[in-house]
Amino acid sequence: MNFWGFSISEARVIDYDKNDKTLAQIMATEVPSSKLCIGCGGCTATCSAGNLTEFNIRKLQMLAKRGENKELQTQLHKCMLCGKCLLVCPRGVDTRRMIWSMLRFINS
Amino acid sequence: MSVIIIGAGPAGCEAAYRLARSGESVELIEKEAEIGGNLNNWYQLFPDRKQAADLKAKLRKNIEHPQIHLHLKSKPVAFSRQGDGTIQLTLDDGALITGKALLVASGFRTFDAHRKEEYGYGIYENVITSVELENAFINHQINTSTGHAPKRIGLIHCVGSRDEKICRLYCSKLCCVTAVKQAIELREMLPEAEILCFYMDMRMFGPGYEEMYREAQEKYNIKFVRGRLSEASEDREKRLIIKVEDTLVGKPLKMTLDLMVLMVGMEPAEGNDQLISMLNLQTAPNGFIQVSDPHSGTNCTHQKGIFVTGCSSSPMNLTDTLTDARSAAVTISEYLNS
Repeated sequence: MNFWGFSISEARVIDYDKNDKTLAQIMATEVPSSKLCIGCGGCTATCSAGNLTEFNIRKLQMLAKRGENKELQTQLHKCMLCGKCLLVCPRGVDTRRMIWSMLRFINS
Repeated sequence: MSVIIIGAGPAGCEAAYRLARSGESVELIEKEAEIGGNLNNWYQLFPDRKQAADLKAKLRKNIEHPQIHLHLKSKPVAFSRQGDGTIQLTLDDGALITGKALLVASGFRTFDAHRKEEYGYGIYENVITSVELENAFINHQINTSTGHAPKRIGLIHCVGSRDEKICRLYCSKLCCVTAVKQAIELREMLPEAEILCFYMDMRMFGPGYEEMYREAQEKYNIKFVRGRLSEASEDREKRLIIKVEDTLVGKPLKMTLDLMVLMVGMEPAEGNDQLISMLNLQTAPNGFIQVSDPHSGTNCTHQKGIFVTGCSSSPMNLTDTLTDARSAAVTISEYLNS
């Protein structure tokens, strides 16, 4: 019961030592090109879902690599797998396969 | 009458050799007991992983040219000009050298990491510099202070570069690529370790550099985090707890490292200020020697007959240093023949 309206904020810091990095490892194995991301944001700029919602694929996959999987649960289903991100990526990351890999993990 | 060169690092040796080959007599002055300068601190060179010792052997062989006179363990202490403009340099052993032109190739020194106290160099046992890591590569051994193989290693870019707090506003240019090269070398020695680079921008400007960065990510599984280290502390096991912002996701990040490597930048060489005042040269805003024109006078100073090459004028990688030395040789030949 919260009588007084006060609460304790959850720490925003990424605790890399404690985070579970299973998904990050699966992603690196299943989609080796995902390791090539340089964070340019081309994928997010062209993303159909990202233009209409909070969905940010560049950020989500980076969070996944640090073991921050929480946002994936609420965001990842917004992707329509159209593959435009795949066309613009300058590093040749197989982004659609990477999203598919993350989807399979959170749905399992 | 000859050309006097101060500094027998890569720039000085290369310029000496080119001038000697074009018929000039060269007096090459070096403060240390051997030639090579900062090259002596390196194990393998980027981007082709050439042995630094092989390049040094080549430079040493080149300066065996009969027209080159090498003065080891010598420093210039006084400078004067005769009426006809001839340069006279007195060395610390009392020798007097005269020449028609003087080339400053005094190079650089690496940033003293103690000055970034919040990074803990000299305070925490498992914080080392990129130069110390090169020495560890020479000995083929990487261990933590407690005698274990490190499981997680962080390489911190821009230590002593792009930092107003230590009056170093400039980019040292070679630390990014050195970090990538060293991360790959670490991976080869420690296949199971987690290796991370913490960078502000990846400045992979040279031929083959971006390709090496890409290979580091894909083939060698090196992780790159965009964020500058704010501070480090030590735990009871002598590991390091570091705090950065993972700026590409916009969240603070903390993690424990077994070994932290500081990628130290470049500073003007020891004695740079004395040399500038002795030769009456100008200091560039970055503290190095000011050249007369950033496009057409990159080897010229504001003093007639005094030239500059390599890292005396600004941070440069080895490729550019050697190219710059050849450029200086051409500039001096033109000056002597005009």
